[in-house]
Amino acid sequence: MGRYLLRRLLQLVPVFIGTTFLIYWLVWAVPGDPFAGKCGERRCPDQYIAFMTEKYHLDQNVFVQYANYMKNLLQGDFGQTFSQREISDIILTSYPNTLKLAVVALAIEAVIGLGAGVLSGLRRNGFLDNLVLVSTLFLIALPVFVVGFVLQWLLGVQWGIIKPTVSSEMRWSELIVPGFVLGSASVAYIARVARTSIAENRRADYVRTAIAKGLPMRRVVGVHLLRNSLIPVVTLLGTDLGALMGGAIVTEGIFGINGIGRQVFRAIITKESATVVGIVVVLVLVYLVMNLLVDLLYAALDPRIRYE
Amino acid sequence: MSDILVSEQSAPGPGGSGRPSGRLLEVDDLRVEFRTRDGVAKVINGVTYHVDAGETLAVLGESGSGKSVTAQTIMGILDTPPGFVTGGQVRFHGKDMLRMSDEERRRIRGEGIAMIFQDALSALNPVFTVGFQIAEQFRVRRGMGRAEAKKRAIDMLDQVKIPNAKGRFNNYPHQFSGGMRQRAMIAMSLALDPEVLIADEPTTALDVTVQAQIMDLLAELQRERQMGMILITHDLGVVADVADRIAVMYAGRIVEEADVYELYAKPAHPYTLGLIDSIPRLDEKGQQLRTIKGLPPNLMNIPPGCPFNPRCPMAQPVCREKVPPLLQVGPARASACHFAEELVNRV
Repeated sequence: MGRYLLRRLLQLVPVFIGTTFLIYWLVWAVPGDPFAGKCGERRCPDQYIAFMTEKYHLDQNVFVQYANYMKNLLQGDFGQTFSQREISDIILTSYPNTLKLAVVALAIEAVIGLGAGVLSGLRRNGFLDNLVLVSTLFLIALPVFVVGFVLQWLLGVQWGIIKPTVSSEMRWSELIVPGFVLGSASVAYIARVARTSIAENRRADYVRTAIAKGLPMRRVVGVHLLRNSLIPVVTLLGTDLGALMGGAIVTEGIFGINGIGRQVFRAIITKESATVVGIVVVLVLVYLVMNLLVDLLYAALDPRIRYE
Repeated sequence: MSDILVSEQSAPGPGGSGRPSGRLLEVDDLRVEFRTRDGVAKVINGVTYHVDAGETLAVLGESGSGKSVTAQTIMGILDTPPGFVTGGQVRFHGKDMLRMSDEERRRIRGEGIAMIFQDALSALNPVFTVGFQIAEQFRVRRGMGRAEAKKRAIDMLDQVKIPNAKGRFNNYPHQFSGGMRQRAMIAMSLALDPEVLIADEPTTALDVTVQAQIMDLLAELQRERQMGMILITHDLGVVADVADRIAVMYAGRIVEEADVYELYAKPAHPYTLGLIDSIPRLDEKGQQLRTIKGLPPNLMNIPPGCPFNPRCPMAQPVCREKVPPLLQVGPARASACHFAEELVNRV
């Protein structure tokens, strides 16, 4: 296990370098003058352009630029925006909001998705099963922005149950509806995967053995059946966690949440290349670590997977 | 030697006779059908057998003869749907289990009647250690603490002669060999000291040398604990050493029941005769193996009369018209053949 972990951690290094280089290259390769429109109506003064070109090594080739960037990054320096704001500041203020939203969405996915999936998988073709099938189909078919706007309008504007937007304090209670919107499609997928998995394993020999041992039904289902059925669900939840932590441009936009998704969107629109690269580098790192965690979780769930 | 419960297999109607008889476990005129999209398969058509403490009943039959379904019905692990019990009784200590509450039946499982399955690799849960799966019963059913349950589980592993039981406790099923897995399965089924053990083809998935070891172990444990054992098999060789009595099943019916020696010496049913004749023999080396011609009947469309008549070398017109009831043909033996007397009395 220890050796496996070390090998996986070492594997992260080339992946990290490769992805960040690609991002760096692509972002700065976007055609157009990075300083167009930065100084209001007028053209930017030559002095400013010279200063910025020097600062970002824009006169040198992309490898040198990247090497310089990485050197600073490894020292914890994410660089500055074109308006001289620290990029690490932007990340530090917006990322906790994204994480909070991601946690709520993930909890909703796990609880509702898994719950609905298990119940419908145990009683296939029952009323609940059909209800789950139809409602998940509905959620999968609807784009996130439709679910978001409809719930915001219905719950926030028409019925006044929630506030239409999330306040800057980001209270947990305010995040339930945005969390559901963000996780809506995934809830449906998880419910369906859990349902199939449970229904398949329901007839497995070891479940029959557990019943023949005279164990109570809730133990047969809750211990023997669930543990085996959880493996595909965890895969789905794990990949989803990486995506959730990458920010939610649409959901954060609808509910006015100052998250990383919104920041990266804004940075792309305004051609703040350094900001885009800085944020994406963090997201790549988070994604890699999440994937590693999911792989380790497999071994905990299924002892037949050996990492040597 | 115990006498034999004789039932009129052709007599329709659910319910069984219901008379108390002081038997440990008895199956009485059991009927089970599988309702599938393609039609209704009558899998069990009035099976009657019993087992008492300290004896081994072998249930012999081809695949699809209904021997495993009978066992699943006794255990209450029949998949419903498609399987439905349409008649008969399963009495444990005289009480009909089919009319008990789910909770009452659950308490009998493991403690009253336990079961060993054919393929231990799929019958053991792959994600829990063998030790956990044995200790679980002591914890859930006996309310023991973790340490005590572990001690008892290791003791069980010792009893089924698993070497280094203590070290093996934390192994997963896939880390065991086939024979060891079946031993672990036996340890698990015997954990709560059941009165009846149903072994459903316990050695089919194993190679021949291991088969003998497992059968010896089962026979030994059965004797020590004075359990009633129902040994389900299609292997006549396995039966001879271990069983006291044999019930032969065909198309969901018992066609012959007899003491093991008498059955081998003088089968009272043409089907049994065919089975014994088809055992390969060393003194007939070089000759073609004898077989029973034809295939078992389609259970959705069992032929009228005796279900064996299309394959029977002795078939007469009466066999196509009347279902032969399971009738006593001698002390402690019964046969469901119109010509059982002739078979038994031939020299």
